[in-house]
Amino acid sequence: MALVLNEDQQLFKNTAADFVKRESPVSRLRRLRDSGDQDGFSRELWGRMAELGWQSIIIPEAYGGLGMGYLDLACVLEECGRNLVPEPLISTLLLGANAVLLGGSEEQKSEILPRVAEGSMLLALAYHERGARYDCCRCETRAERGENGYTLQGEKVLVFDGMAADKLLVSARESGAANDRNGISLFLLDPNAAGVELSAQSTVDTRKAAVLRLSGVEVPAAALLGSSGEAGTVLSEVIDRATAGLCAEMLGSMQGASAMTLDYLKTREQFGVKIGSFQALKHRAVQMFVELELSRSAVLGACDAIDQGSEKTAELISVAKARCSDAAVLIAHEGIQMHGGIGMTDEHDIGFYAKRARACELTFGDAAYHRDRYARLQGF
Amino acid sequence: MGELEEFRKETEAWLDANCPPSMRWSETPGTNPALNDDLAWGGRKATYPNPEVKQWLDLMAEKGWTAPTWPQAYGGGGLSKAEAKILSEEMRRLRIKPPLVGFGLTMIGPLLLEYGSEEQKLRFLNEVCRGEIRWCQGYSEPDAGSDLASLRTRAILDGDEWVVNGQKVWTSYADLSDWMFCLVRTDPDVRKQEGITFLLFDMESPGVSVKPIELISGYSPFCETFLEDVRVPKDQVVGGVNNGWTMAKALLGHERSMISEAFHEREESNQLVDLADKYIGRDVHGRLADATIRDRIAQLTMNKACLDLTLRRSKEAAKQGQQPGPESSIFKYYATELNKDRTALALNVLGPQALGWEGDGFDAAELQATRSWLRARGNSIEGGTSEVQLNIIAKRVLGLPD
Repeated sequence: MALVLNEDQQLFKNTAADFVKRESPVSRLRRLRDSGDQDGFSRELWGRMAELGWQSIIIPEAYGGLGMGYLDLACVLEECGRNLVPEPLISTLLLGANAVLLGGSEEQKSEILPRVAEGSMLLALAYHERGARYDCCRCETRAERGENGYTLQGEKVLVFDGMAADKLLVSARESGAANDRNGISLFLLDPNAAGVELSAQSTVDTRKAAVLRLSGVEVPAAALLGSSGEAGTVLSEVIDRATAGLCAEMLGSMQGASAMTLDYLKTREQFGVKIGSFQALKHRAVQMFVELELSRSAVLGACDAIDQGSEKTAELISVAKARCSDAAVLIAHEGIQMHGGIGMTDEHDIGFYAKRARACELTFGDAAYHRDRYARLQGF
Repeated sequence: MGELEEFRKETEAWLDANCPPSMRWSETPGTNPALNDDLAWGGRKATYPNPEVKQWLDLMAEKGWTAPTWPQAYGGGGLSKAEAKILSEEMRRLRIKPPLVGFGLTMIGPLLLEYGSEEQKLRFLNEVCRGEIRWCQGYSEPDAGSDLASLRTRAILDGDEWVVNGQKVWTSYADLSDWMFCLVRTDPDVRKQEGITFLLFDMESPGVSVKPIELISGYSPFCETFLEDVRVPKDQVVGGVNNGWTMAKALLGHERSMISEAFHEREESNQLVDLADKYIGRDVHGRLADATIRDRIAQLTMNKACLDLTLRRSKEAAKQGQQPGPESSIFKYYATELNKDRTALALNVLGPQALGWEGDGFDAAELQATRSWLRARGNSIEGGTSEVQLNIIAKRVLGLPD
């Protein structure tokens, strides 16, 4: 067990920090938004991240990756979060590649994972349906087995980076009721296949997602990812890992927002003094710091648990997501309040942090959802 | 490695062979008495209703294992850090209670080791290790609480003795203690932190009188201590005249780490869930039947998990030789607030059965829960209030302006 980074990890993190600081200030996100960029991120920068090995971190060496762990990945995600880097690490790597890695056949892994690792393939996982809230196994999209394959019918929403993806992974039900964990299968889908309709969604945090409509889409039998009807378990585990990754990103964003707010408290003057000298603000600033430190421990605990294959992994992931969700929202809201009027303007960056914080909070389960899940896992 | 393994074997064998049965924690969760029962606090006024408590203290003191890492010349065990860790691991594994507790071991002892004269070390540390002296702390005064440095108890040098006049308050167990370590004002004409001296004196000195304070919980662990022309020999100053504030800060560090450690050490089953099972029960899905209480228990348990992970992170960093990180500043604050939340929530779980103060119709655990809620209110006041902790973090860690 390790909750402290070793020298290699610290070095890795410092390199990531330098890269993000140099290549991706928050102003880049603003430019992408204002220019109406279709992808919402830069493919050129994605390629350079691949040169640094970021997309390879959690991909096993057998599939062209580095075979490192979640503590290593968290180093990168935290630094990306610090400057709200929008490149699709969560969607392509943590959702897409993980679905292939945990659910795919040997052949599918060999075909897809090396291309993700080298940065030449973008993936998106289409699992979420309107009204499903945080239940990744709620699935009304149907898959009918035919002579030579399957016919897919249904609708997915909030497919993160779905417009930009080279390949989609879609969950669809072969049997059972809408909420059943059993009976769901995952399919690899070409976004250009007949009957596939993708339309763009812009989310509050200036990221991109897609609505995916499937109207009698024919896919070959080989498009089935892994075993028929068993994707519920795979999806749960994929979402868990993505949740841990998202928490690491949130940890970075919280630090970015806190640093910005603290800086303001130390420079803004009213009544002839720095506003950071007011005890009413000091104590609230420390509250943010306390939440940040507790969040850091929770993120490290969750990532370490995944790396160790601990039986407490799911619990620790819920601890991390609940803590990070509450902390991120606190820091976002306090950030705006402490900035005062300027914090309400689009011109100031603190608003980008607040929007991303809420988007992360409401992705993969908010604090209340994870408290409920934790209680269930603990048997009460 | 071989030597350490040898040490572990010998230690385990000795502990198992020598520790009396009543000095081991029960293996059934929830049946262990409160921490204070069957623990030796030592001192001249100590009584030992259970003779095995004294027997265990003497056996361990003879080996120097009441203070395992202190030098043998001062009554300690002279163990290396690695050996001391093995000893504490084996004690935990065999569920053995500590042979001696109190301020001598955790506060004044470490301070004397660092700042005391050789004579003071030889004299006091040996007595501490053998459990022959119990200490109390004379810091707070009626007008010096959070603003401790404004203390007014005055000491004036008269020949070879200090003559002390003033009043101390919140002196834990002053009525049971033999000696006090105390902050007194020796120079009223300089900046308030610079005129304070750290003094030791015998509680039986003429002019010392003690009056217990009854708390809202009904207990009286604290006292008021009145000092009237108390004469203290000159050589009972620690760390030099007018250097008391440095001593106080060093000691407060020990106190804060002790308070937060105390919360960490209790690795137990989720007592709130056990309580809720008894007083609330489950619904048809096996969930606690009160959804709001269930959510609050989950939140509290998860908060505790975050604190434990942070303590672990801090310990691992220390093991790697890193300085304590900024996270260590939150322990006292967060651990005490959490304990307040926990004891407060317990009453909601108990419901009307938490109304009891004494008399018929309430069992011991119910009465204890109510008292614990009251006692825990003080957690965020003693040893530096939560507000003072937040001020310190704002200044030292976040660098916010005065």
